[in-house]
Amino acid sequence: MNYEERLQNVTVLGAAGKMGSGILLLTAVEMADISFKPENQTKTYVLNAMDVSHEGLAGLLKYLKVQILKIAEKKTVLLRKIYADRTDLIENKDIIDQYVFDVINIVRPVTKLEAAYDSNLIFEAVSENKDLKVKLLSQIDSNNPNNPWYFTNTSSVPINVVEKEAGLEGRILGFHFYNPPAIQKLVELIVTDKTKKEVVEFAKTYAKNLRKIIVPSNDFAGFIGNGHFMRDSLHAITEAEALAKDVPFVEAVFMVNKVAQEYLVRPMGIFQLIDYVGIDVVQFIMKVMNAFVTDEELHSSLLDKMIELGVKGGQKSDGSQKDGFMKYEKGQPIAIFDPDKKEYIPISEFKDKCEKKLGPIPDSKISWKSIIRRPDKEVLLEDFFKTLKTKQTFGAELAVKYGKRSNEIGKKLVADNVANNENDVNTVMLTGFFHAYGPVNTFFD
Amino acid sequence: MKKLRKKVYMTAGYNTISLGTGRREFHPKKPRPGIEHYIKEAGQGTLKQIGGAKNVDEGAIGNFMAPRFNRQGNLPGFIPMIDDELQWKPCTSTEGACGSGALALMSGIKSVLAETADVVLTVGVEVQNTMKAIYGADVLAGAGWYQKRKNGHAYFFPGQFSERAGAYYEKYGMEYTRKGFRRWFRNAIENARLCPTAQEHENKVKDLDALYDKMKPNGKAFVDNLSVLDCSKVSDAASAIAIVSEEGLKRIGIPKEEAVEIVGWAQVERNITNDPPDLTELTTIKKAAKEAIESANITIHDLATIETHDCFSIAGILATEAIGFVKPGKGAEFVAQGNTARDGIIPMNTTGGLIGWGHPTGGTGVHQAVTIWEQLTGKAGEAQIEIPKDRPYGMTINMGGDDVTVVAIIYKRG
Repeated sequence: MNYEERLQNVTVLGAAGKMGSGILLLTAVEMADISFKPENQTKTYVLNAMDVSHEGLAGLLKYLKVQILKIAEKKTVLLRKIYADRTDLIENKDIIDQYVFDVINIVRPVTKLEAAYDSNLIFEAVSENKDLKVKLLSQIDSNNPNNPWYFTNTSSVPINVVEKEAGLEGRILGFHFYNPPAIQKLVELIVTDKTKKEVVEFAKTYAKNLRKIIVPSNDFAGFIGNGHFMRDSLHAITEAEALAKDVPFVEAVFMVNKVAQEYLVRPMGIFQLIDYVGIDVVQFIMKVMNAFVTDEELHSSLLDKMIELGVKGGQKSDGSQKDGFMKYEKGQPIAIFDPDKKEYIPISEFKDKCEKKLGPIPDSKISWKSIIRRPDKEVLLEDFFKTLKTKQTFGAELAVKYGKRSNEIGKKLVADNVANNENDVNTVMLTGFFHAYGPVNTFFD
Repeated sequence: MKKLRKKVYMTAGYNTISLGTGRREFHPKKPRPGIEHYIKEAGQGTLKQIGGAKNVDEGAIGNFMAPRFNRQGNLPGFIPMIDDELQWKPCTSTEGACGSGALALMSGIKSVLAETADVVLTVGVEVQNTMKAIYGADVLAGAGWYQKRKNGHAYFFPGQFSERAGAYYEKYGMEYTRKGFRRWFRNAIENARLCPTAQEHENKVKDLDALYDKMKPNGKAFVDNLSVLDCSKVSDAASAIAIVSEEGLKRIGIPKEEAVEIVGWAQVERNITNDPPDLTELTTIKKAAKEAIESANITIHDLATIETHDCFSIAGILATEAIGFVKPGKGAEFVAQGNTARDGIIPMNTTGGLIGWGHPTGGTGVHQAVTIWEQLTGKAGEAQIEIPKDRPYGMTINMGGDDVTVVAIIYKRG
């Protein structure tokens, strides 16, 4: 079975989820592109969008329509060539609309697992629950005569565990997209000792066609991305908790978040990132990872407390941010949750006080947004952090300590053999988390 | 036939801003003024200078594709909206693609010559930021023959002129040609910076030549032989001007020195179902320019300035040849040497033209007339060029489609 034959019948499990919907979109476009080839025009391509939620699947189709339209508008020059023989399609609008239909026409929204019994390839993007994953994959595998291949999007469960428990010897690998899959360029590729060569070859071709950058990660819970993110979050939480002994909790969260975003020149503050991913998801990933690590404790009672109070973050089905550590208005944090008072306190009430305590930023002109696309960003960052290190302000101290810890986490991922080298760690943070620089650097020495 | 039997003047020009990418007021996702706003602002801008709507006998409005960009036809009905006193007066609209504006001017000129009007309020308008460029390209493709659309480029008109540019590259060399394009682009932006209504007025790029060199044509994303810097802007704008007889001037109380006299014109049409006879020549413009110059009984060397239809840089280069300043193939060099810059032998498009000021397709012809009126009467503000005493003439060339509907008009300081 060659690459194109393998993609003739595919199922995405958890297709209505945040990750599943992106994987479904990219796969649908890839399958459509294959189906347009002259030699494939008589074949039928099937992409099962499997999810237990009817509501979710309805939302998925809306999402697909909007996204495919955007894709079509960007590649109309090419599409006019693809549809050159269709004399009924004349204007760009005709062609774009037809393309949107043709891609969606590959997708079969389904709620029953049986749909996957005919597939050659199964993407798994259900919730981060090992037992659920094992149950679904083994059920498919015992009913599917095609000996299908399984790509799991897990960001925390070791692949060899699923492989073994579901009995999928050699036919599974970790294909970990970053959120949102349609935009983020990074895929972490995780193989087990048994994964067959042809499965890996297929995965590489598929990633290349989707224009993704592959970083190999070894099969340790959390892999590279969450390996860094979870420990980085714990550092921030610990710092905030320590600070909260002297200042109100909301101020501590505000300051650590601000330091992570503005002093460390990141795309968003760390608590904002935790909210973006979902406090419940972060808590869950830590729990999964913690079961596999021996020399440290990946757990936060603060996260437990937030969940108990029903504060979870994450995103609404339209992609907007739910309230978590922070409350958001038009995507911007406007208040911070006080777990004792059980209410959000407006940032405007303590912003000035906190900023005074942190002291001035070394160079207010340097921000993530202002430098991310500049070719000379390394030089700018070097200067910025050099100045930062000379400042005696509280903000600078917090930032340098934070930067050092991030560096330490990155190096430990290599020492622990999660990543093959420092460069892979940096690539993951640059492309998967959109950082302006990798955690393994010399800025904070 | 072309000998004018009566004097015709233009005066009291007005331009709205040209809104679109480049202007700080422009936000693609925020609501913007509709076509009514532009017609009203431009119309009232002219009425204020001519003593109000009571002095107007007739209205003419040029527009290309409001039925698709704005889902609006029957544009003559918007002229009485400008001012209550225009209610019940004769109004007409003209359409000849991007040459619609000059057709409205011709309609006004002919009404004055026919003595059916002494004062014609003429407006040109287009509001085209109502859709994304990829769909706007469908609408603008209507300036070509519909039966050619299927095999045309996604960006149909850039595709047509890319072919012209490609043919010119092949004949005279790509690098040579692009030096001319680069200077054309630089002139356009530098001139636009001097005009507060221009779309590129706030362009702050320091090294325009370097920017131009960086933007190489990319056929995969756009067209083979042109980059976006070779293209005119997508614009929302309107312009208005009064076309009047000698009696009309008296009625509105404007002295001749503040008006321009129309001393010649040519209106030339090419069969839209044919391909251009020569991709490296703007044949229709060549005929129109020659005819207009002859009808004014002057030579091109009597012209102090020209507004030419540079929907694409290649059209600017080809125009210098078609008008007759240089032989075929020498236009790129002529422009690269700065001869069409504001301090050159023949300043062209002194407020930025279609690439710098903007290109509200059906409104452009009227905008060109307003610019010439401003320059010849000393009202161009910072963009003012010197008009030599012995060369008191200006010319506009407005083109619809790929060298299909062309109007050339010769103006003289009144």
